Amino acid sequence: MSTTTQSPSTRRDAQGKAPLSDRTRAERRLGWMLAGPAFLVMLLVTMYPIVQALWDSLFSYRLTAPDDRSFVFLQNYWTVLTDPVFLRDLGVTVLITVVTVAVELVLGFALALVMNNVIKSFRGVVRTAILVPYGIITVVSAFAWFYAFDINTGYVNNWFGWLPIIGPDFNWFGQGWSSLIVIMASEIWKTTPFISLLLLAGLAQVPGELNEAAKVDGAGWWQRMYKVTLPSMKAAIMVAVVFRALDAFRIFDNIFIMTNGQYGTETLSLLAYRTSITRLEIGLGSAVSVILFICVLLIAFVAMKVFKVDLAGGKG
Amino acid sequence: MSTKQKIGWAIALVVVLIWSLFPVLSILMNSFKPASEFAGGGTLVPKTFTLENYEMIFTGGARDLFLPALRNSIGITLIATAVAVVLATLCAYAIARLDFPGKRIILITALAVSMFPVVSIVTPLFNVWRQIGLYDTWLGLILPYLSLTLPISIWTLAAFFQQIPWDLERAAQVDGATSFQAFRKVIVPLAAPGVFTTAIIAFFIAWNDFVFGIGLTSTGAARPVPAALAFFTGASQFEDPAGAISAAAIVVTIPVVILVLAFQRQIVAGLTQGAVKG
Amino acid sequence: MASITMNNIVKKYDDGFPAVNDVSIDVADGEFLILVGPSGCGKSTLLRMVVGLEDITSGDLLIDGQRVNEKEPRQRNLSMVFQNYALYPFLTVYENIAFPLRLAKGKFSDQEIDQKVRVASDLLDLNDHLERKPGNLSGGQRQRVAMGRAIVRDADAFLFDEPLSNLDAKLRGQMRTEIAQLQRRLGITSIYVTHDQTEAMTLGDRVAVLKKGRLQQIASPRELYEQPANLFVAGFIGAPSMNFLPARRDGDVFHTPIGDIPVPEHAQGKLDKSGDLLILGVRPEHFADAKDVQDSPWASRGATFDAELTHTEWLGNQQYGYVRYEQDQDVKAKLDELAKDLDADEMPAQVVVELDASSRIRGGSQATLWVNTRKMHVFDPESGINLTRDEEAGAELTREANEERKAEIERLKTQDV
Repeated sequence: MSTTTQSPSTRRDAQGKAPLSDRTRAERRLGWMLAGPAFLVMLLVTMYPIVQALWDSLFSYRLTAPDDRSFVFLQNYWTVLTDPVFLRDLGVTVLITVVTVAVELVLGFALALVMNNVIKSFRGVVRTAILVPYGIITVVSAFAWFYAFDINTGYVNNWFGWLPIIGPDFNWFGQGWSSLIVIMASEIWKTTPFISLLLLAGLAQVPGELNEAAKVDGAGWWQRMYKVTLPSMKAAIMVAVVFRALDAFRIFDNIFIMTNGQYGTETLSLLAYRTSITRLEIGLGSAVSVILFICVLLIAFVAMKVFKVDLAGGKG
Repeated sequence: MSTKQKIGWAIALVVVLIWSLFPVLSILMNSFKPASEFAGGGTLVPKTFTLENYEMIFTGGARDLFLPALRNSIGITLIATAVAVVLATLCAYAIARLDFPGKRIILITALAVSMFPVVSIVTPLFNVWRQIGLYDTWLGLILPYLSLTLPISIWTLAAFFQQIPWDLERAAQVDGATSFQAFRKVIVPLAAPGVFTTAIIAFFIAWNDFVFGIGLTSTGAARPVPAALAFFTGASQFEDPAGAISAAAIVVTIPVVILVLAFQRQIVAGLTQGAVKG
Repeated sequence: MASITMNNIVKKYDDGFPAVNDVSIDVADGEFLILVGPSGCGKSTLLRMVVGLEDITSGDLLIDGQRVNEKEPRQRNLSMVFQNYALYPFLTVYENIAFPLRLAKGKFSDQEIDQKVRVASDLLDLNDHLERKPGNLSGGQRQRVAMGRAIVRDADAFLFDEPLSNLDAKLRGQMRTEIAQLQRRLGITSIYVTHDQTEAMTLGDRVAVLKKGRLQQIASPRELYEQPANLFVAGFIGAPSMNFLPARRDGDVFHTPIGDIPVPEHAQGKLDKSGDLLILGVRPEHFADAKDVQDSPWASRGATFDAELTHTEWLGNQQYGYVRYEQDQDVKAKLDELAKDLDADEMPAQVVVELDASSRIRGGSQATLWVNTRKMHVFDPESGINLTRDEEAGAELTREANEERKAEIERLKTQDV
């Protein structure tokens, strides 16, 4: 995005010499007239609630006893942060984020390679196929995977009975680790297409000449891949990883449908939801929400400052 | 490419197709199974095909749960998409074409909003909506849906708009058009494909929502399908709601599949443009 | 070091279009060969087949006598400089140059790599830039880095794919010299693709001129210039290019639109098989203001004619005059086809004459011009073949060039020691 904030006319204006021309002033007014409504709506539906959540989190407040509202400052945060359930949920969230993003990166890259290399006439078919998971409702995906694995409705146990552990009596949703496998599988299935499209775009931007030069210089397929293609795509890969990590960190739908957080599969999003919407503990729930928000901010901040990922597109 | 390589990529293609479509096939098969096959382990392909699940959600016991939800989903999603696209079009046009202070702030805000954990705002909204009477209403969902659809729409459209030849608009202005006329008569026709693509993406996102749907509604007055599906499980009296849920899931997947089939090229362009090029 | 032999090389694409059609070229060890031609003539395709980036449809490609048609690029041990340099933007200049060495895992120690990179960077004057990224370099510096990457490998031959086309005119001249010197100094077999005939003339030991995938002529630059094989080569080599005049032969006289010209001695006896209608080719410098030559012994070697100049262009050191004439409709089609082959729209019906800078002839005035008929070529309008080509004289020119090259390599070698 080109975002020249210091146009020559602004500078002149600041020195008080030449006032803005009518045209410049009209352009600015029009600019804000057109962009303003969208900007305001965004602030209204996100900034306002998060400030409200910040405020609420400083009170001991439940909807079941609205008159008992009292200011407790940071006590809610202390309660949440020292709660082993919170720590467990944080761990589960991080685990899911790391595993799904890692797997998606590998799968997504493979998918991008297939799309890049498959004969032209089939390219549309592949695109259509992978956009189905992208467009499908997460809840539908969750049900699809759930019913396939569930001990009563599923056929997975029948198909893979020959594997150790798995048998007709194996209950995938009877303990944490196996539930998480299915949850992550559904999440990965649904979101890999997105990452692969980002990677495909990155792949397309690698100049063909670089690969040819490497070929002449004596590089084999693998060498070209990790010495030329991957380094050339670094920016695209990082952007894809960060976007997906931020997304995966907020995982909610799949778990809500499959286990509703039982057997240690609860994540921070579910914890926040359960605390405030189910148990109506607005104060505590808001604290969890704020912590979740801060985690996401931290990830974005680390990505941008430490790994120098330019999420804003680099031209600002 | 040698023949061997071609065959290799062809096999990869088949694997991709199976991987992408298998879960959909799985739930499609479920939707044709009679209730008796949802017990004690099953098969992928129903032993007996039946339409009773579809009957159940359209005319039978689950009708009162599903039909209002479907109506809500369609109505709310379409309105949210339309509003988001209109606002984002105006905003992205200003960002791409006009010089005014604050452009960067708008873009950063959009980026920040798109990273927002939805759950973090559903709690305070739940509170406020109850106080001002938006809880369990269409408007009460349309507004938060904008927080999902607006940012990506603004980014995608800004990227689209930056590729439109600037000079045409200048030429129109030289020919005597005002800024707004230039926008309406020159840029809009050029921008229409981008706007359309953005609308599809925004539709997918709003259609997909679950957290707002389940957190900000309590009855059929506004509850969308994804949220309603979760209630099939607990609230219905028949044995196992798997069949009905699967049928409903297939119904809400149909629009997705149609859009993908018709506009795959545009969707891919839109998704990659907004995210990679910025 | 190696020789490269192309035997009847053909490249056909899936649609059956032959991009390269039956080309045979022998590149001797240490020779600098130029592939030149207008865009779409197949020169780049040919080069890419040599290096292994394109499959060869038929024919044999030999490096040092060994057939390499089926070999991977990396097995051919050639190095290539690409049009856009193909520098890896994420690597420093040092690592870019070291890249091919690092690929050959275990073959070179870090010390050896360092030493080789330093040698190349000394040679190319890149020492100050080794730690920079290609994005921060100027066009000429990038070009040198690309050369450096080609040099470090001790490859059997260098291939260049229009390496100077992205530079501005001034830099192009400078880099041209550098490449020529470097090639001579290293004495390494090189094939260089360009569409620019100036580059072809200044760089090459021999130049292969291609048109529509077919080899037209391969010879030293001087032979191409003085003894072109056909209309296409004659028109392509030289700037401003050769004038083509329709002529009808009547015994010992050519009737041309600008006047009658006697059939020169060297053409006599060679034209009998062709019809009356011919095309004369005269380079601009073989014209002169008749006043300037009338007292010199040259005068008798040519003919004079009267013409009206439409305008003149004075360039300081020389002057060009333009003579318009009525195009002969019988050859117009042929000449326009030639123009198309040369990437132009149509052949203007005018003669460009080079005059002395001091000549007082001006546009709009009638003047007596002299033409050096001894240097004139006569082409068959149907086949385009140069009827007056002197094979022996041509071969002699190329032989001379070959000797000069050897002498120069020798001189540079002793200089280095």
